[in-house]
Amino acid sequence: MTFINYASREINCKIVYYGPGLCGKTTNLQYIYDSTAAQAKGKLISLATEADRTLFFDFMPLELGTVRGFKTRFHLYTVPGQVFYEASRKLILKGVDGVVFVADSQEERMDANIESLYNLEENLRAYGYELMKLPYVLQLNKRDLPNVIPSEELTAELQRKGEPVIEAVAATGAGVFDTLKAVAKQVLTELRKS
Amino acid sequence: MANTSIVLQESRYHQIKAMLARLRLDSAARLVVLVDKDGQQIAVHGELGDLDTTSLASLAAGNVAATGGMAKLIGENEFPTLSHEGEKESIHISVIGRVLLLVVFDDRSSLGLVKLRSKQLSHELAKAFIEIEKESASAGANSALGFTEITDEEIDSLFSPA
Repeated sequence: MTFINYASREINCKIVYYGPGLCGKTTNLQYIYDSTAAQAKGKLISLATEADRTLFFDFMPLELGTVRGFKTRFHLYTVPGQVFYEASRKLILKGVDGVVFVADSQEERMDANIESLYNLEENLRAYGYELMKLPYVLQLNKRDLPNVIPSEELTAELQRKGEPVIEAVAATGAGVFDTLKAVAKQVLTELRKS
Repeated sequence: MANTSIVLQESRYHQIKAMLARLRLDSAARLVVLVDKDGQQIAVHGELGDLDTTSLASLAAGNVAATGGMAKLIGENEFPTLSHEGEKESIHISVIGRVLLLVVFDDRSSLGLVKLRSKQLSHELAKAFIEIEKESASAGANSALGFTEITDEEIDSLFSPA
């Protein structure tokens, strides 16, 4: 849900990184945080377990620049990927403007990808959203690992509506900003339509 | 999208800021923040210092969302207020429709006073937000903003440094 403040001349949008456990959602945010100038970002908040697994969410505000005199601020969130955090995962989707689905390209994680994508569609529906109508990007992460499924095969299995598909290695940053750009652009384009 | 965007006109923003200022004074609080339930800060008034109110807003929304989830599990709709008492600083949060009123206070005030003053303001705030929602839905706000004419090049230019 976009928040437009005329007094501070700001547009605020919410983007959520979704995907199965250990697919690299937090790594995406960490890379964005590490590579962004201090004046363009706020703190990176991580509500994680002692073992560094996301417990509730990660959050960082990011300022992209000015459009028509309005600062565009994107609030980036990740959800906890582990199956048993379902209740808290669903909460993060409330008010979302755009979603990035981070798929784990490894062969043995294919079932987890499918389950998580199904779960995303279901949770969105619970809030009255339709994945088909929402700004959305599919990121194929961990492309550097040896046991990955070919991109075409993953795309055929996971792509839902012709959304942009971006290959990534979040740990090194490959594809991370392309993903963010692809989803942010859709969110802004959506604003133009409404 | 399922929810209407919030569009805050300048006059409304100043009206809300004035309400927050009054609450801060009446409750002897350090800081008052108004947050959207999705975690976006709407307005703030008080002693900010180097406090990161953007993070505070996001965490407050997460907090309310989590306790709201617990409420539903035990058969309640939501918990309308939350309080966290620390050694020196405390927080009180009131859920008012789609917004959260967050008051940060120390030993210059008390939980009872903050609760009372927050409750007194909540009706006024709720009323203002009904109006804001109406304005957001009907104003054709995005066209007023000039967003309907925005070009692909303008959107692309935001990403040129990345």
